[in-house]
Amino acid sequence: MKYLHLVWAGLWRRKARTVFTLLSILTAFLLFGMLNAVRVAFDAGDQLAGAGRLIVSSKLSIIQPLPLSLLTRIEALPGVKKVAYANWFGGYYQERRNFFPNFAVSPNYLDIYSDLFKLSATQRKSFDATRDGAVVGAEIAKRFGWKIGQRIPLIGGIFPRRDGSKEWDFQLVGIFTAADPKLKGVEQDLLFHWKYFNEGNAYMHGMVGWYVVKVLDPQHSDRIAAAIDRLSVNSDHETKTETEQAFQRAFIAQIGNIGLIVGGIMAAVFFTLLLLTGNTMAQSVRERIPEYAVMKTLGFSDKRILALILAESIGLVLIGGVAGMGVASVLIPTVNSALGGTLLLPPVDLGSWAVGLVLMLAVGLVIGILPALRSMRLNIVDALAGR
Amino acid sequence: MGALIEIRQLSKIYVRGKQKIEVLHDINLDISGGDFFALMGPSGSGKTTLLNLVGGLDVPSSGTVSVAGQRIDRLAAGKLARWRAAHVGFVFQFYNLMPMLSAQRNVELPLLLTRLSAVERHKRTAVALELVGLADRVKHKPGELSGGQQQRVAIARAIVSDPTVLVCDEPTGDLDRASAEEVLNLLQRLNREHGKTIVMVTHDPRAAEHATHLLHLDKGSLVESVSSAA
Repeated sequence: MKYLHLVWAGLWRRKARTVFTLLSILTAFLLFGMLNAVRVAFDAGDQLAGAGRLIVSSKLSIIQPLPLSLLTRIEALPGVKKVAYANWFGGYYQERRNFFPNFAVSPNYLDIYSDLFKLSATQRKSFDATRDGAVVGAEIAKRFGWKIGQRIPLIGGIFPRRDGSKEWDFQLVGIFTAADPKLKGVEQDLLFHWKYFNEGNAYMHGMVGWYVVKVLDPQHSDRIAAAIDRLSVNSDHETKTETEQAFQRAFIAQIGNIGLIVGGIMAAVFFTLLLLTGNTMAQSVRERIPEYAVMKTLGFSDKRILALILAESIGLVLIGGVAGMGVASVLIPTVNSALGGTLLLPPVDLGSWAVGLVLMLAVGLVIGILPALRSMRLNIVDALAGR
Repeated sequence: MGALIEIRQLSKIYVRGKQKIEVLHDINLDISGGDFFALMGPSGSGKTTLLNLVGGLDVPSSGTVSVAGQRIDRLAAGKLARWRAAHVGFVFQFYNLMPMLSAQRNVELPLLLTRLSAVERHKRTAVALELVGLADRVKHKPGELSGGQQQRVAIARAIVSDPTVLVCDEPTGDLDRASAEEVLNLLQRLNREHGKTIVMVTHDPRAAEHATHLLHLDKGSLVESVSSAA
């Protein structure tokens, strides 16, 4: 501890450089904290037992539709309380960059998700009564300046209309908010009637993307899931029943191998961090060679010099790293809210902190070891003479 | 009584590429405890090399250097570092203070290598700064002090661990006349009143006048030794 002021003074010798280096370390560990949460979310195995809602999708792929005829068979199973269905529409407003989640849904979809969507009774009534009606989240309405009663044209990115045109026209009849303020992300959604979609699209008829099953007793969810999947065994539309979280992850994982992508990004971030901070540390130590020579003159041993420089490099990474992971801890609930429950990122737990701290120590050691060895081995006479 | 510092048949050869340069040749010298030696000579005569060997910063190519009966030319790097910490105080031409540390922290540096408590280190640091007349500058960093004040902080750092020998390399080389005189008077006081043995390299004859002994080096050999009445 008696050397702490020496390490601290060394760290802040050039304040601007230290601040920028700390910012780059903070950013790297912020990314680590966030991406590690994404990785953990995708690696997580879910228990069916205890889940109040189950999602039934095709066993082959979630983009493979299921027949509507399954609806009554699922509804007839013991323990099933309610069944809704939906289809991904994939439309956008005016330009592709104006993309947002939009779904064709069954009439009872809003009932089954009453814990997610908050819509006034009047607007709900209007939605049920309007064939081409749509309800949107408050966020998306605000983004595009939409008002109730307005007609909204969406371009069907995947599904053209029967007449070949891609333009789908909806009447905005309601604006919903998130029932749970922690899941504000649902306010990005647009919902419209599956019936309107089924009648109008050129490709699919009598098919749905997935079913949402509400069970009477969540403790029996695993048994009910198995019963649902048995309904279509050996058919051309075998199903896979899972929790909502698992389904959402599979939905997102369509873009690629998330684990590999996350791993790749983290590797690139840390490789860049090593180069940047390693170079900064080397430069910082190089500037202080005469000072280390004086310290050795005063009797500081080679090992003590080595330890001081390593303490400085590890300290630098620890300060930036802990700050970065701290920011990640604060941001994750906000991101979860923005995602609206699409993907629930786990908090930065003790395990993540442990991995992060090991990484910080390793990075600190790697960036400090070469300059530390150089200073440890410096010849006092040459260094004092400026050679 | 034997000399505090005994140098026998000391030679130092530097190898630069294929060239061998003999910087010191067959030096024999005794320095008694309480002496104040000034080493003079033209540039390249080997003054600083001799000082480095006396201070344990370098090892001779041949010959011996003993300080207080201990052969320091035989010590391994780690032991030599410990020996320097315990027995030698260094004063450099350009002060060589740590720019980020206050005067107090600079003076405390050698004491960090001891087992002294923080309170004891603080006390000794205060005494050393008081001795060099800088008790009111403890919190100042080197950049906030004049050259003469910085050199006095360096002297405080050199004496704080009560070393056997003070080794000074051109301690007034970067100072104006008035500051140089202050520093030399301080060294002289440390020698006379506190019995410190001092070996000082200087180009300045007026600085050398403060020493009790004057040595002249030329081309790596001692050419003259004078005892003064300083």
